[in-house]
Amino acid sequence: MSKFLTASIGRKFVMSLSGIFLMVFIAVHLGLNLLLIFDDSGELFNQGAHFMATNPLVKIVEPILGLGFMVHIIWSFYIEYQNWKARPVKYAKRNMSGASSWASRNMLILGSMVLVFLVIHILDFFVKMKFTGHPLLEEISVKGVYMENAYALVSATFINSTVLSVLYIAGGILLGLHLSHGFWSSFQTLGLNNKFWLKRWQVIAQVYAVIVAVGFAVIPLYFMLGMYK
Amino acid sequence: MADKILKELKIKVWRQKNAKSKGKFETYVINDISTGSSFLEMMDILNNDLIEKGIDPIAFDHDCREGICGTCSLHINGRPHGPDTEVTTCQLHMRKFKDGETIIVEPWRARAFPVIKDLVVDRTALDKILQAGGFVSVNTGGVPDANAIPVARDDAEEAMDAAACIGCGACVAACKNSSAMLFVSAKVSHLAKLPQGQVEAAARAMNMVSKMDELGFGGCTNTGACEVECPKSISITNIARLNREYLKARISR
Repeated sequence: MSKFLTASIGRKFVMSLSGIFLMVFIAVHLGLNLLLIFDDSGELFNQGAHFMATNPLVKIVEPILGLGFMVHIIWSFYIEYQNWKARPVKYAKRNMSGASSWASRNMLILGSMVLVFLVIHILDFFVKMKFTGHPLLEEISVKGVYMENAYALVSATFINSTVLSVLYIAGGILLGLHLSHGFWSSFQTLGLNNKFWLKRWQVIAQVYAVIVAVGFAVIPLYFMLGMYK
Repeated sequence: MADKILKELKIKVWRQKNAKSKGKFETYVINDISTGSSFLEMMDILNNDLIEKGIDPIAFDHDCREGICGTCSLHINGRPHGPDTEVTTCQLHMRKFKDGETIIVEPWRARAFPVIKDLVVDRTALDKILQAGGFVSVNTGGVPDANAIPVARDDAEEAMDAAACIGCGACVAACKNSSAMLFVSAKVSHLAKLPQGQVEAAARAMNMVSKMDELGFGGCTNTGACEVECPKSISITNIARLNREYLKARISR
């Protein structure tokens, strides 16, 4: 088994499976976050956040998700190092733009930028909601259930800081670019591809990437532009 | 229609005395090249000039000069087999270049393809991968009756498309990771698609991939550059098939 995980196709298999797992998470995360802009009272989002914070199944999946992120990140650096070693003398001139997409050649750079964003994002919300608390999170009652006012914290963050809003928009776009290659690539790596599905996967990947990029970018924009009023 | 004449070209070419020496670029000027001549004919003319000047001619690989043997290589202006699609370097014509242009010619770069001299690289690594499993172990005899072993037309077509691989190594040269996955996948596919090859499909995928890893090729990140630069347009769907065969083999043993 250890031999499999370090063999070239095995390494990619690990990236692919962890990537697909993370893409499922991203879909759920985006769906929930969009509640922020569909209910300006914040009740829908608060209920959603409360559900995610208290549901026992989510509690089980949470550490697995953390592990998924760790595996995907650590393996990516390992793979890139192995691949970098395979060409000790570089070309003096490379003309690759016609043969492959920029995103596909720069997955590590895109992924690293998403990682920087992820750390900031976790410090902004997850740490405050889960561990340190925040005055804005003061408990409120929605339909008789007491819960943290997550909506107040998130909306205030974007309303008060243009820098953070722009950073979150950039984060969404970077993630979209990463997924425009990562999505179809993960199915190719699993061998779930053929002459019919190659184009289909690539189109589905572009659609998913655009939904993710636009979806996540729209939320800070919504608050920045004062559309909640 | 008469071919145009390129009055002057600058050829910036990699010179390296032997496998151990360091190597560097040299720039040579060449005059009056017909756009109708092939890239390798231009190299022959340049070498004649060099010999007349008492300079060691540039070593490069070539054999059939009709795009079927897979011997010629060269990384020209940043692309394997130069600025054209679905051709080998010997099929590349000088009409693809402009008068006065500086053409950069490099050997293929990969840890598994060490430079022997100038533009000649050692591609025995590809042979070693073939020796690890790219064959059918028993003699399957002559051509059987057409209806003796049924093969679906689509399978036959895909097998033949994969078998078009001439083993030139352009996929390795084009890949940002110097991966040989397109080559290996073509060799695994053309056998896996046909009844005679299917018997050993699992072992073949395992052995060829292990050998590929051992020889220092990189891993595939699905950029698709190999398919674009392949002179025979071998499809990356073969790589999906190789992944499938390899994973199946891993699970079953």
